Amino acid sequence: MKPVAFAYHAPATVEDALALLTRYGGEAKLLAGGQSLMPLLNFRLSRPAALVDLNAIPSLAYIREKDGEVRFGAMTRQRTIEFSPLVRQRLPLLTEATALVGHLPIRTRGTIGGSLAHADPSAEYPAVLAALDGTVVVRSPRGERALQPSELFQSYLTTCLGPDEIIVEVRLPAMAAGAGFAFEEFSRRHGDFAIVGIATMLVGDGQHCATARLATAGAGPVPMRLRRAEEILERDGLSEAAVEAAARRAAELVEPDSDIHASAAYRRNLTRVLTGRALRRAKARMGDR
Amino acid sequence: MAETVSVQLTVNGQRREGRCETRKLLVDFLREDLGLTGTHVGCEHGICGACTILLDGEAARSCIMLAVQGEGAELRKIEGLMENGKLHPLQEAFHEHHGLQCGFCTPGMLMTALDFLRVKPEPTEAEIREGISAVLCRCTGYQGIINAVKAAAPVMRGS
Repeated sequence: MKPVAFAYHAPATVEDALALLTRYGGEAKLLAGGQSLMPLLNFRLSRPAALVDLNAIPSLAYIREKDGEVRFGAMTRQRTIEFSPLVRQRLPLLTEATALVGHLPIRTRGTIGGSLAHADPSAEYPAVLAALDGTVVVRSPRGERALQPSELFQSYLTTCLGPDEIIVEVRLPAMAAGAGFAFEEFSRRHGDFAIVGIATMLVGDGQHCATARLATAGAGPVPMRLRRAEEILERDGLSEAAVEAAARRAAELVEPDSDIHASAAYRRNLTRVLTGRALRRAKARMGDR
Repeated sequence: MAETVSVQLTVNGQRREGRCETRKLLVDFLREDLGLTGTHVGCEHGICGACTILLDGEAARSCIMLAVQGEGAELRKIEGLMENGKLHPLQEAFHEHHGLQCGFCTPGMLMTALDFLRVKPEPTEAEIREGISAVLCRCTGYQGIINAVKAAAPVMRGS
């Protein structure tokens, strides 16, 4: 199959892109890296009147550190993030998660903003955004607003973004020096979407845990912070019993669905197993950096 | 009549241009408009990797990119691997180690391996398996391909 005919625009500025979105009144699609949208166009599952290609807006591609955060232009390629020394230093969880996004040729084109806007429940970046308490900055003709992951992700492939809004920046708080971290996922083949994925970050001294973060991919319609599992670790520390208790709680907290890839019960069990693995690996890494 | 656009790009070191609809996929433009049929079209949704080319030096799927997005780009694809009638060391290794059978995935497999070995010049077998998992091969069972990439790595480091 090939895409339907559409009007193609490649504006050079965000302002011009916003004007085009307004002009098409919800009938235009934004084209970022295209690694999810282009397949939908090829299969004609998506039939927009117009494409507004963001690839000609150089000001949307950057990685910079500011106020304790690492800020990414929405069009920053996953490949750039994967090999960024700054990201490896400040956000090693993101570096690890990026290597699991599709395959290298996909990451050549795929972008951080595009992945978040697509909001695939199995994708890695939404889980990292949730785990690290990141912020997504969106712009519309009415100005800018900053969104937390719990606001941004509404349901399967559905965000709260309006038809005239563009993600312009993603902000992730730099991880504390010595924080443990891990992204664990299970998929049938490397590069496939995760059946379940777990992102974690642990701050503490290896026994006690001041801050625990756990977030899911593939275990429900949106990435989910497992706050009540995190609380077990922050209260009881990182003993094997506490880790196992947190993993069991994680499995109770998620609300997975059954589909062709896995049953809900299987996903629930995977959540327990992967949470345990992620926590043990993160714990072993604490103090490494 | 759908909107058409002129596209100019460099393919294997040569300036090329054509005119196509804005909805035309890059791989179809390369094959149908420029006549460069070495790159194959497989799944058309970015899964199989047969259409992989080097876009400004980095492997990318040409079936999930529009031709119009290739404007000004520098592409390297399978027809440009051989130089002066001599196979590229990677092609040589695929030949020696039986890294292909029907050949359908081979153009994408070679361009993917080329990019992979540039990023990881001294890969372990596990890393090769992961790198090569970007392209589906239904004939070889992959072992010959893995052996070929392993054999090509030191040769390419030296060249």
